[in-house]
Amino acid sequence: MAAQQEREAWFSPKNIKLLTNPINVDNPITKQVLGICSALAVTVKLEPAIVMSLSVMAVVALGNFVIALMRNSIPSRIRIIVQLVVIAALVILVDQVLKAFAYDVSKQLSVFVGLIITNCIIMGRFEAFAMQNKPWPSLLDGFGNAFGYAWILVVVAFFRELFGSGAVMGVQIIPESVYEMGYMNNGLVILPPMALFAVASIIWIQRSRNKELIED
Amino acid sequence: MDKNSNTYIFIYASVMVVLVAVILTSANLALKPMQEKNKMNEKMINLLSSIGIEANAENAAELYNQYLVKEVVVDKAGNETSVYNKGKLEIGKIRAFDVNLKAALKDAEKGGEGALPLFIMSDGQQTYYIIPLFGKGLWGPIYGNVALESDKNTIFGVNFGHDSETPGLGAEIANPPVEGKVVFSDLFKQKKIFDEAGNFTSVKVIKGGVKSQSIVAPEHGVDAISGSTLTCNGVSAMLNDCMVNYENYLKKNN
Repeated sequence: MAAQQEREAWFSPKNIKLLTNPINVDNPITKQVLGICSALAVTVKLEPAIVMSLSVMAVVALGNFVIALMRNSIPSRIRIIVQLVVIAALVILVDQVLKAFAYDVSKQLSVFVGLIITNCIIMGRFEAFAMQNKPWPSLLDGFGNAFGYAWILVVVAFFRELFGSGAVMGVQIIPESVYEMGYMNNGLVILPPMALFAVASIIWIQRSRNKELIED
Repeated sequence: MDKNSNTYIFIYASVMVVLVAVILTSANLALKPMQEKNKMNEKMINLLSSIGIEANAENAAELYNQYLVKEVVVDKAGNETSVYNKGKLEIGKIRAFDVNLKAALKDAEKGGEGALPLFIMSDGQQTYYIIPLFGKGLWGPIYGNVALESDKNTIFGVNFGHDSETPGLGAEIANPPVEGKVVFSDLFKQKKIFDEAGNFTSVKVIKGGVKSQSIVAPEHGVDAISGSTLTCNGVSAMLNDCMVNYENYLKKNN
């Protein structure tokens, strides 16, 4: 019976909120404005954006879990260093796995995989959540935030690839006949500033739709 | 134990670092064979693509062995110091495929005798001499292969790669060939690396276009990509610095 009760508590409304909040009202990119750097860098094409999202997801979720497990033993004076070691170790693992199993993608992401270490979302979640909470909610919180990060990345990458290269996932979507009529791919969309415009548009739409987010 | 005492912090940090080191080392050892294989496959795919053969990770090794005549290592004087043929090393100590090109070029530049890899392939009709390239782009390394036809003068095809050139500008050097479109690497086809007198001239990438100037003859120049002068200069320098080491070899066996 005790086990039954515990299992029910696993997905209690409070825990569900941990998963869903970061996807909309507490989104790490559009609300907390964290992790913008990588949102600019890897969203030229959809495929690297998806792989980047999955990598970040693995790092945040596992890292949150590990930090939450260690939270009572971490000496507060070196907690940031401990967090960094955990992040760095996970990122190196992700990099090694990508190099072994998804070589082409790892070449496209090249330096950005290493830069997951500097993604503020990860440190932010460790410090703000995992240090005070149990492993299970921390894992959920990690996944929630990574999902919130991922969907923004995917949306931005979708539009940038569509307008920048006329393709989605590397498959040509805009037909050749349209090009013959004088249509051209927008070279500006490929460059990083356009990702800022895209993110800003998402923030704009989100805030105009969601009363909770409207500031005075 | 007091969690904020120096002893505790010291022990905690040491144990953590050792643990992490063990985990990362074992992951690295376990994944190394797969990573090495990926790198080899990529090298083979690039070599094949310079003679216009498309390969992927699955069939790269098979196609490579099918088209390969031999791999040789040549010195600056034009002698073959290593020959690898039909799966075994006939002369020399190291297979051309395993030569570290960056180190070999550096050594040659410093005045060493040179030990530079050359790949000889054949598609049944013609023999190709493929020279691997390595140089500096604007932001990072650029590399590639140039395939010469059997006259050892005319370029049959090239391919380039880069690590971090500007997307949309310098990165265009690595555009894969598209049917019906002229990409940067197509411009090199049928260019010549020796002039009529037999002097090595390399092929230059010219800002503003080949037609607008008269210093470089049309058969030794290609049009640069607008907006990526520095990357294109890097390509010119790479072509010259790499191919010049093979000058004697290419002349000698004509």
